Amino acid sequence: MERSLTHIALFAALVAVLGLVPPILLGSGVPITAQSLGIMLCGTVLGSRRGALAVLVFLALVAVGLPILSGGRGGLGVFAGPSVGFLIGFPLAAFVAGLVVERWPAPVGLAAGVGAALGGIVVLYAVGIPGMAVMLDKTLPQAALLITPYLPGDAIKVVLAALITRGIARMRPDALLSRS
Amino acid sequence: MLTLTSPVETALHRVPAGVKLAALCGFTVLLFWLRHPAGLALAALLPAGLIGLGGPTFSRHALRMLRPLWPFLGVLGLWHWWTEDLAQGLAIALRLVSAVAAANLVTMTTRLSDMLAVVEALLRPLARVGLPPRRAALVFALVIRFIPVLADRLAQITQAFTARARRRPGWRVMIPATLAALDDADHVAQALRARGGVV
Repeated sequence: MERSLTHIALFAALVAVLGLVPPILLGSGVPITAQSLGIMLCGTVLGSRRGALAVLVFLALVAVGLPILSGGRGGLGVFAGPSVGFLIGFPLAAFVAGLVVERWPAPVGLAAGVGAALGGIVVLYAVGIPGMAVMLDKTLPQAALLITPYLPGDAIKVVLAALITRGIARMRPDALLSRS
Repeated sequence: MLTLTSPVETALHRVPAGVKLAALCGFTVLLFWLRHPAGLALAALLPAGLIGLGGPTFSRHALRMLRPLWPFLGVLGLWHWWTEDLAQGLAIALRLVSAVAAANLVTMTTRLSDMLAVVEALLRPLARVGLPPRRAALVFALVIRFIPVLADRLAQITQAFTARARRRPGWRVMIPATLAALDDADHVAQALRARGGVV
């Protein structure tokens, strides 16, 4: 039980550290941050329950005032802004990603990739786009239009999540809590 | 780990965190109830006034925290100029900025310890479902303690990578970084068990 707690805490810290990594600018000027890769990894490495809890702990610390959201953002203000839907979607994304890796007996890399795609893109955008639509007073297709530039970056992150999870499974198989 | 609480002492710093949070909820509901730009402009005066009362350093800090909204305001401006509905665009912009500014105001005038106390109070009902608040407090403390540790580790791994390879480090540093997080989790769990386990 101590092990669960410390894994949740350490991965919440990892997501925070990934927020400090400077964003990469894609050709179109869209900044791609590493933080949602951390969200995907919480699910694929820790599993659904612990991964979601790690992300919830991370969000609680953002709300409480730590500047650990990518770009040094934090505090309650980020929950009042247009990306609030995505923040709410983060723990759900980790949960779904972990669920796929836990339940689907495919090779780890493939399961992690599919999990990261289902969680980190499908579920996350399913919650994030309506959130943005509400905050910016736009329709769902209009909000979806505003979000499409971020899709290529997130697709890359899905592949990276698969590669990283597979790398961990090879080097330290019992460390992969989602498949232990 | 620095928090976003402002070092400039204002009158709001003395108001209890729960009161500020309740007021913030009420203000946000009001913002979403108002429709007309004139009403929203009036409502915006409240956070603006409270920020101004904090002095020039405080106000500059508050304005800096609004910077992430600029791209959205730009998109709104262009969009509503294109659809010739600037009044609606102004209403949305005012609502956004007021809500974010008010929420930031609470963050800037509340100490981390007070906010954590509110979180612990909110989590107390979960004690019956198996989540004692002490456990949550331990997890929060661990995260705060380990953010600088993992950040340093990531920097070391990145340095080691650049010392061995001509390319810039990409995603490959994430594997040792994640393994380090997993190993640290195991070590801290052992240390906790050695101290008698978690309450």
